[in-house]
Amino acid sequence: MSEQIPQLSGHDDATLDQAFAALQKQVRAGAAALSTDEARENFRLAWLGRKQGRLKLISDAWLKTAPVEAKKALGQRFNQLKTAIEAALESGHQASTSAGPGLDITLPGIRRAAGVEHPLTRTMREVVAVFEALGYSVGIGPEVETDFYNFEALNFPPNHPARDTQDTLVIADQEKKPGRERLLMRTHTSPVQIRSMIAQEPPLRLVIPGKVHRNDESDATHSPIFHQVEGLCVDTNITFSDLKGTLDHAMKSLFGSAVKTRFFPSFFPFTEPSADVQISCIFCGGKGCRKCKHSGWIELLGCGMVDPAVFAAVDQRRIELGREPAYGSNISGFAFGMGVERIAMMLYGISDIGLFYSGDLRFLEQFA
Amino acid sequence: MNILTHWLREYLPALEVSDRQLAEDLTLRGIAVEGVHEVAGGHLFEMDITTNRVDAMNHYGVAREAAAIYNIPLRKLDDECAPANVGAGYPVRIEAADLCGRFTAQIVRNVTIAPSTGIIAERFAQLGQKPISNAVDITNYTWLAMGHPTHVFDLDTLEGSIVVRRAREGEKLRLLDGSEKTLTADDLVVADEKKALALAGVMGGWDSRVTDTTKNILVEAAWFDPAAIRRSSRCHGLHTDASHRFERGADFAAAPVANRYVTHKLVELCSGTPDGPMTDVVIPEVEAKTANRPRIALSSPTVQRLLGTTLDGGEISPVLIEQYLEALGCSLHPASEVGCYEVKLPSWRLDLEREIDLIEEVARVYGYNRFADTLPGFSGGVDSLPHRAQEETIRNTLRAMGWNEVIGSTFASEEDAMLFAAQRTAVPMGNPLNAEAGVLRPTLLSGAASMLAANMHRDVRTARIFELGAVFTGDTQQVQEAQSLSMGAYGSPAASAIVSAKDGLFFEVKGTIEALLAQFELKSVEFRADSLPPWIAPGRGARVLVESKELGAFGELDAAYADRLKARETIVLGEMDAAVLLASPLRVPLVREPSRFQAVERDLSFFFADTVTWDQINSAVHNLHIAELTSVEPREIYRDAKGKAVAIGEYSLLLRVVLQARDRTLREEEVAASIERIITALKELGGRQRA
Repeated sequence: MSEQIPQLSGHDDATLDQAFAALQKQVRAGAAALSTDEARENFRLAWLGRKQGRLKLISDAWLKTAPVEAKKALGQRFNQLKTAIEAALESGHQASTSAGPGLDITLPGIRRAAGVEHPLTRTMREVVAVFEALGYSVGIGPEVETDFYNFEALNFPPNHPARDTQDTLVIADQEKKPGRERLLMRTHTSPVQIRSMIAQEPPLRLVIPGKVHRNDESDATHSPIFHQVEGLCVDTNITFSDLKGTLDHAMKSLFGSAVKTRFFPSFFPFTEPSADVQISCIFCGGKGCRKCKHSGWIELLGCGMVDPAVFAAVDQRRIELGREPAYGSNISGFAFGMGVERIAMMLYGISDIGLFYSGDLRFLEQFA
Repeated sequence: MNILTHWLREYLPALEVSDRQLAEDLTLRGIAVEGVHEVAGGHLFEMDITTNRVDAMNHYGVAREAAAIYNIPLRKLDDECAPANVGAGYPVRIEAADLCGRFTAQIVRNVTIAPSTGIIAERFAQLGQKPISNAVDITNYTWLAMGHPTHVFDLDTLEGSIVVRRAREGEKLRLLDGSEKTLTADDLVVADEKKALALAGVMGGWDSRVTDTTKNILVEAAWFDPAAIRRSSRCHGLHTDASHRFERGADFAAAPVANRYVTHKLVELCSGTPDGPMTDVVIPEVEAKTANRPRIALSSPTVQRLLGTTLDGGEISPVLIEQYLEALGCSLHPASEVGCYEVKLPSWRLDLEREIDLIEEVARVYGYNRFADTLPGFSGGVDSLPHRAQEETIRNTLRAMGWNEVIGSTFASEEDAMLFAAQRTAVPMGNPLNAEAGVLRPTLLSGAASMLAANMHRDVRTARIFELGAVFTGDTQQVQEAQSLSMGAYGSPAASAIVSAKDGLFFEVKGTIEALLAQFELKSVEFRADSLPPWIAPGRGARVLVESKELGAFGELDAAYADRLKARETIVLGEMDAAVLLASPLRVPLVREPSRFQAVERDLSFFFADTVTWDQINSAVHNLHIAELTSVEPREIYRDAKGKAVAIGEYSLLLRVVLQARDRTLREEEVAASIERIITALKELGGRQRA
């Protein structure tokens, strides 16, 4: 591909520009077709070949013969040309190796997987956040509790069936202790309410997430180990309508503003009046579907006004500990509680509660 | 329990709402209708009534609720009966006055025993109640109507007075179901002068039962002590309609009404004739604890203060309070203060004891959903849990590095607990869920190990898991509970030019721990290879110390442990005392402005003996105190098993040193001088610079 290099007609800038512009044009023309190794090699030889490459010829014909005062201007333009040739070769190489026919953008992206937040942690965090926004503090307490905090102070009568070992998991060798000091696995997070009220004077607003245990048979929807989030709001003049408004607001925050709540009379030893709360089905909007057993409603919460007997037990304990009683008849409050597993199962379509505690990554990784 | 709406409506002549509306209104007031089925004449309601409302588990009880809800009149139950005629009828003697508070008896003669017909037969068919004979069916019909159990004896089998007494130890009694029971002194019997006739409150006796040939009847309606009936019912494994009611507290005042009701029906449907007045023996001490309980004080301002705002505007008025409570059977007597009452409680509502119980009744009958949704005013501050941020940091940091959170069982088998926490004591459970859950977990490691193994056996290729949860030590008298953090991993270690694939997993876990600890303000973090716990393979793990205190340990699971789990590949496990981290302040980043001058990188290649550790090399360089030294790090470590490129017992190290000044561009001579000092220091450690 050897060819003659024309003589330069002069060494002024305009002439040089014109001559090099013509060469740059040839480089660009050649650069357009450099997708194969062979084409690139030919291009390289044609321009950069040691003996017959054009640059060599140009150098011989123009640079070496140029007068000293023109050498700088020529040299600069010569280097620009060389850079352009090399760039053409490089981009031709990249284009051929990386794209070939173009990116297959349907291939999976390269991911750096973050770890998964456990769905129960996630659900508890979300519920807790709703109440934190309402000015609630987070409370926690031990999983091994005494009968006093788990039952007695919560107004469970001495022979209440919940106290039976058929319902409650107990620590070994408790028989010789006084009843209220016996150690057991807390069956709800409510003991934290008692601990908090004994420690603090009203006003009090607490949201209490935690792990609890009951001596239940395992099946698809029951586990002896499960989690609860409870809440407690105590002040002067806290009313049943405040309880309703708070939970209605919380359910709307959690499940969307279209959700409606419905309250039913219920019974818990530690609240009175007590209520069960249903929300309108978040799947069908209340029309009735399989998830809500065609009722349009899903039961989600237990709640009620704190029973005066609970306040009395708290004050009694405060006196025993040398503190001032603080939960007299001017004080009222409400408490509520919900099962975390139940909410997570409903939200994420989980049908086997055991999956939560299995550590099965095939399950957990779906929450990524 | 089932309810027929057409029966219900007999007591509620003014009831206008549809059966379906009635079902919903009852349900929203805690008298739950679970199912509504059409039957001839009306609907059958399947009820689900909580055990504290045993008074509402019958037609009249449900009717009373409806009357209160709709503010309509409730017909009196004994309207249709003959007027009461109480006096010296059949002789009755209550010997066990602590267990039997009331006993009524009425003789009815010349009855005709035959199968039931008419309304009783129809309603039994609709309710699925088994018919027996007209006389016995009348007692069951009475039970369904008003919830008070009654019994009919064949009068001609009785020998002398009725005696209500404790059974004699070993006394035999054949019951209606044909079974023969051996009684104890804990059982209460209805007897005559010679023999036991019936197990009181539970089941009648065989020998005194009404048969096809019975001519004369003695009607019994009584009130028995709940605890006594519960004991008998449990002891003999007999759960009957009667025991169900008596166990939960029957209506003391209902006994004579029920007796008159049965008598009235025996006259009407069995053509019987009452003989003499009804005997009614009352134990006043029991009456005082049931039907004649002391009045309780109720203040309408308290009702309003506790219940708050209604959708009808304002609060519940005293008029409504009076109306609802009267409808439920209370009588309200005004007290001296305005809006306050002395309330006499109905004999059938033993669940009502305190003012708050009455407030609940007011709210319930008014309807929970007719209260407004208000929010309490905000007062008081918010106390954050002291370690809330630390807990979140642990979780978020580990997750960001690809670790998945797990939640495990709170319990472990004693064997597993001891394997992983030999130095701790595990607290045994009194009633463990199963053999695998005999103790409270003293460590999270056994749970993490079995979860990893389970994932391996499910063909999950890689696993990175952590758990932040409570562990328990101490003994059964004093349990210590502390937060712990476990980590467990297997599969595809992070690729690295400085550690071999075999060691990769260990270093990935180490790196994770380093990154986690870097989130906290800790004066020092140290890793030590000595005194490893037994679950770590010898020489394949490290202990972690922060500020010279033991934080935990991590390393490759010992082969014996791995075999037990049938683990096919290397597992790295670790556990740290999370309480230390939760109590440590989080590091607050202190920012230094980046230097505006260029950094100089130099790579140095050295051979070192295997005995020289990175810590020695790193310290040697840092001990030169070169002010411009920004970083020194290993870029590549290479050993040659064949001893060709690198001699056996040595390794080659490619070290990258970065120098940068804050106030000037470093001159070549300065860089060369610093690098020369580093080379000299490394040579003093025994390093040979590669050509």
